Amino acid sequence: MTELKESMQKAHARLKKRRAAEKRFKMFGVGALAFAFLCVLMLFTSIISNGYTGFKQSYIQLDVVMDETVVDPDGSRDPAKMMFSNYNALVKTALKTKFPDVTNRRDKRKLYGLISSSAGYDLRDMVLDDPSIIGTTQTVWVMASDEVDMLIKGVFDRTQPESTRPITNDEIAWVETLEKENRVEKRFNTNFFTAGDSREPEQAGIQGALVGSALTMLVTLALSFPLGVMAAIYLEEFAPKNKFTYLVEVNINNLAAVPSIVFGLLGLAIFLNLFGMPRSAPVAGGMVLALMTLPTIIIAARAALKSIPPSIMEAAIGVGASKMQAVFHHQLPLALPGILTGTIIGMAQALGETAPLLMIGMVAFIADVPSTPFDPATVLPVQVYLWADSPERAFVEKTSAAIMVLLGFLITMNALAVLLRKKLERRW
Amino acid sequence: MSLKKTLAVAALASVVAAGAAEARDQIRIVGSSTVYPFATAVAETFGKTTNFKTPIIESTGSGGGFKLFCAGVGEEHADITNASRAVKKSEIERCAENGVKEITEVKVGYDGIVMANSKSGKRMEITRKQIFLALAKDVPNAEGKLVANPYQKWSDIDPSLPDFKIEVLGPPPTSGTRDAFAELALEGGCKQFPDIKALKKSDKKKYKAVCHSVREDGAYIDAGENDNLIIQKLNANPDAFGVFGFSFLDQNSDTVQGSLIDGKEPLFEAIADGSYPVSRPLFFYVKNAHIGSVPGILEYLAEFTNDKAWGDEGYLTDKGLIPMPTEERAKYKAAVQALGAGS
Repeated sequence: MTELKESMQKAHARLKKRRAAEKRFKMFGVGALAFAFLCVLMLFTSIISNGYTGFKQSYIQLDVVMDETVVDPDGSRDPAKMMFSNYNALVKTALKTKFPDVTNRRDKRKLYGLISSSAGYDLRDMVLDDPSIIGTTQTVWVMASDEVDMLIKGVFDRTQPESTRPITNDEIAWVETLEKENRVEKRFNTNFFTAGDSREPEQAGIQGALVGSALTMLVTLALSFPLGVMAAIYLEEFAPKNKFTYLVEVNINNLAAVPSIVFGLLGLAIFLNLFGMPRSAPVAGGMVLALMTLPTIIIAARAALKSIPPSIMEAAIGVGASKMQAVFHHQLPLALPGILTGTIIGMAQALGETAPLLMIGMVAFIADVPSTPFDPATVLPVQVYLWADSPERAFVEKTSAAIMVLLGFLITMNALAVLLRKKLERRW
Repeated sequence: MSLKKTLAVAALASVVAAGAAEARDQIRIVGSSTVYPFATAVAETFGKTTNFKTPIIESTGSGGGFKLFCAGVGEEHADITNASRAVKKSEIERCAENGVKEITEVKVGYDGIVMANSKSGKRMEITRKQIFLALAKDVPNAEGKLVANPYQKWSDIDPSLPDFKIEVLGPPPTSGTRDAFAELALEGGCKQFPDIKALKKSDKKKYKAVCHSVREDGAYIDAGENDNLIIQKLNANPDAFGVFGFSFLDQNSDTVQGSLIDGKEPLFEAIADGSYPVSRPLFFYVKNAHIGSVPGILEYLAEFTNDKAWGDEGYLTDKGLIPMPTEERAKYKAAVQALGAGS
């Protein structure tokens, strides 16, 4: 009896120990998850709190006299000539009439600085659209300059002493006068989505980068998806299993881990220098990124093909299908969800790359929005990098706003991959 | 399947064809990241006010810019390179080897390099000699012999300096800003020691090594090329100092303050008249052979050398450029105009 009792006691103690170990393990798991979650939360709060103001832009209302002697001095109404008139002078006159006591040359310069230099181009477009407004007085909303924008958004502290503020008392007084007359307004920053890059933060937009990213991804997808899937099918189903295919397999796995900058160097040496492709163009960028994505797609596609039960293939072959028919009619359609998931994840990876693009000249100031894959372009992460490096304070919020757009795309792509897997994947 | 195949073949064929033909109708500029903000501002205005396309500007650093610029003549090579220092002899030779025989130098203006700390700390007054003693790898000791830098705190150098650890964040060795800082601040302080100055005549190589070497024991921290990062770190640590370009100080004057060097505050006027000791000229270089073959180069140069851009009240001063005196501007403008007359 006592023996039994003793061994029961021992067993009990061991059980307790085992349970405690399990509890500890669970706690570590929860702790790790909580830590990861906290980091993500911190990242998101910092980006969003910096960036949400970037989607707003301050506008100032002005009464502009469309003076004919400035817009169209010779009265010809010729758009080609009116294109290059000095529209900024109209903005300056409007500001001068609004604040007539500003006479000093230096103060005037500051006064003109309240309004973004894009105002002149806005007026130009208005006149070219409708020449009948020449000679009339128009009430227009024009963009505030980046410094005024920062002041209105509260980034610059009005209570700080003047010497330590990037904006002077005079400028604040002018803005406050305008605010009292309800001539200042914060609006949704559509310009951010419709404009290309600019050195003036208030005029800078991500459309150039978005289109560049889209074109680059298109080239990447068009090259890497068919090539990757074909390679996977061949390697998985048709290739003989010998030393050579084994070597190919090892190399594919190896390529998936090669740092992306290496692909950039390869692209510079082969696509640009040997094939003479245009520098900074999405077509070259897309090809480099396709090289980078290929191993990911091949590995994912092979895994997806392997997961289809062999009975399906065997049944097809049993009723007389050739091997190719069996693969393309039965195995491939069933494996497609898995292949697509891998492709989307590979594309999401490629969307976030900057390093390989550095070598082929896509890290550059490019103001014009590209329209074909052969036009110079940048991509979203490059735009983020370029803005993060700019001295103007207003670029801080633009950087974060661009990151939010990029993250939005990445989350959508990854969610799509999860959804596809959930919806279409079959369990055998 | 056959459709996909034809599409793929067609895509590849068009890629190769387009790469081979298609003349370039857009100016390509490479070079210094310090000149980049100014060049891009000019390029943007140029693109908006003329019928030419906006030039493409890559920020590659001065050295990287010359490497691309000097690679040859032809549409696949850059037309203009920006530089935060004058071209080196070795670079001219490299250019000439690749057929780039004639290049035109245009000075753009000046840039000040500042040493700054957070506004929550005390503003520092320092001399170039003290900067050298704080940051050089080897410094002369009391007997004038060179020893590894023994100073750990600012106050070890001079009791008037603050009593905390020397910690300076600055650009990495590949940066033009670092080169200029070494040349102007470190060497400026270094040659105030008569022994070292004598070395310049007897052993120039050693002189350069002594005056330009920055200590590597953690007092000077490479903070990468991103100056915004340095400013963020200064705000987090009030005891640290940062080295960066004047335009970043100008834009962040609400959170950081520039140290007085040799009694001079880094102000726009002090840099423009040359009394602030750590300032350097900025340049760009034009490939003469490309003028005429790539459209718009002369017009771009005209926009850059217009007083509306680089003048005393031009839009580049808003970006932090410190303009040249009027006569100097006239000289470079004339040189640029002569280019147009020649072709």
